[in-house]
Amino acid sequence: MLEAIGLACVRGERRLFRDLAFSLAPGTLLQVHGPNGSGKTSLLRILAGVLAPAAGEVRWSGRRIGALGDEYRRQLAYVGHQNAIKDDLSGVENLMVSERLAGADATVALARAALARLGLKGFEDVPTRALSQGQKRRAALARLAFRRACGLWVLDEPFVALDATAVREVQALVGDQLAAGGMVVLTTHQDVAIRAPLQQDLRLGT
Amino acid sequence: MSRGTLGAFTCMVRRDLLLALRRRSEIVNTLVFFVIVVSLFPLGVGAEPALLRAIAPGVVWVAALLASMLALQRLFAGDHADGTLEQIVLAPQPLGLMVGAKVLAHWLIAGLPLVLIAPLLGLQFGLPAASLGILAASLALGTPALGFIGAIGAALTLGLRGGGVLVSLLVLPLYIPVLIFGAGAVEAGASGLAVGAHLSLLGAFLVVALFFAPWATAAALRIALE
Amino acid sequence: MTTRSNWFKYAAPNAFYPLAGATAPWFFAAAAVLALAGLYIAFFVAPTDAQQGEAYRIIFIHVPAAWMSMFIYVVMAFWAGVGLAFNTRLSSMLASALAPTGALMTLIALWTGALWGKPTWGTWWVWDARLTSELILLFLYIGFIALQAAIDEPRRADRAGAVLALVGVVNVPIIYFSVQWWNTLHQGASVSMTRSPSMAATMLVGMLVMVFAFWMYSIGAALTRVRAIILERERLTDWVQELPRVAQ
Repeated sequence: MLEAIGLACVRGERRLFRDLAFSLAPGTLLQVHGPNGSGKTSLLRILAGVLAPAAGEVRWSGRRIGALGDEYRRQLAYVGHQNAIKDDLSGVENLMVSERLAGADATVALARAALARLGLKGFEDVPTRALSQGQKRRAALARLAFRRACGLWVLDEPFVALDATAVREVQALVGDQLAAGGMVVLTTHQDVAIRAPLQQDLRLGT
Repeated sequence: MSRGTLGAFTCMVRRDLLLALRRRSEIVNTLVFFVIVVSLFPLGVGAEPALLRAIAPGVVWVAALLASMLALQRLFAGDHADGTLEQIVLAPQPLGLMVGAKVLAHWLIAGLPLVLIAPLLGLQFGLPAASLGILAASLALGTPALGFIGAIGAALTLGLRGGGVLVSLLVLPLYIPVLIFGAGAVEAGASGLAVGAHLSLLGAFLVVALFFAPWATAAALRIALE
Repeated sequence: MTTRSNWFKYAAPNAFYPLAGATAPWFFAAAAVLALAGLYIAFFVAPTDAQQGEAYRIIFIHVPAAWMSMFIYVVMAFWAGVGLAFNTRLSSMLASALAPTGALMTLIALWTGALWGKPTWGTWWVWDARLTSELILLFLYIGFIALQAAIDEPRRADRAGAVLALVGVVNVPIIYFSVQWWNTLHQGASVSMTRSPSMAATMLVGMLVMVFAFWMYSIGAALTRVRAIILERERLTDWVQELPRVAQ
């Protein structure tokens, strides 16, 4: 259960939004809409706990995420605008690092499987520097294929640079996450065809 | 430390070492800078043996300070640029520990080579053999402390304009105690005085830096990433 | 209970602004009076020193300035820490307002140190413990000011400055101790400003009066500067727009 209560955000000198509130039950997909500069990325970063809101709080299972700290972050998978992969490491190496940092036992086999699921079979051991933009994005999203028992996914424009096959695959991943009782918050400018039993839409910048 | 946290710590150290090995120029550059700076001094003050022997401890130590400071650029900037730093902050691990891992790896890449090559430079300056050992020991204790303190400055100035010069402004005053005790140890040794006090103080400084600096660095990282 | 909430209301910038404006002139006036009294004692009442003659009188400016420079750094770190811990804007603004005054005190201490050194020991600079520590303290102040100047986002500037100031304040005793150590190793010589002429009671009184003079000045300067900072940071708010001089 993720709750946002009275969130306000100020960047530079602009107030992006105020008195924002919503509540997500397990299995809910929250799609955040809004024009460029309306604060979508800032909202997602507030939900991830990286950015402190100007007012209000975010609660996970009734407790403030600031107080929960690592306990909350253990259940969180965040994919931002940047891919967060090292150019000099291969896809497999990047995934192993990302999973070990999350405290999970990672094996090379599982990493390969995750990369294969996102269409990177044959590219798992190449330094990601050599991959195309779309392939790098897929390598970044492979993290999601790895996270089985993850409570909350926060995805900022996950479909950027992806081709149709990859988009379908990521949508399937999101569908699986929701079916397993997890929550997904995402922003996208594209049309998303995800079968979500519970869906909410949030519009910023109006 | 639980198994997961220990695993994350070693993973972080190994990742940074692996990244540095794949771009070997980073290790070499700091070392070359160190050697060049030390070599500038005889060119500047003249090659009179007694003078060089007298200034050697200070010169080597100041060069080590400057080299450490330059190397700070690579501590967080790369991870910040590609978004991996954000993931490290979001990882369910104590951020201070992750910072400690990065500083340890950083020292192995940028600090340890200085410790190993300093005795050769001391020889160039005519330091006696016993002093060379003390020089290496003082640097071995001092360079990690410089890394931990410098990390605070690197974290505070993440992504700012005028990065390099600004970091030096913030960090060099904090380096001064390490410089005083480090160079002082070598000079004491050269004059036949007891070295123990200096090295103990250096060690104490290292322990304090090791325990407190990572938390200040973690706070600074969170502030910089907002 | 009502008295307590009365004081806390000044924690808001819009309430503090007029308070600072009203009280600052009084602090400057007190500073002027105390400075006159202190300088009178310094030049006319304190006896001539047997060893250093008249030139030593600059100690009445040098030592108070040095003390204030250290004191202001601690106060600055305190307010910055409060701003970091409680997320209060005004505390951080106060810290930023104090920094230039602290740096000024350090500069005065250094400059008067040089002026003292020249007639007494023939050199414009002496690497003694106090002067060297003051020089390093100046670097710490400049670092704080430079860091805040380099960050555009005000909240990040406040908080980064706070971390730096807190790290600095912990290091100041360490730096002072290590510089003392360094000085005793290398100097041994008779040249030392810390070994000042033995304090006659009048000298102590004179220095204390000057310390208070500098203190009053620092408060007045900080209050004036914080008003400017408040205006700049809050310039888009209603109450600033409605101030008599702004609403043209």
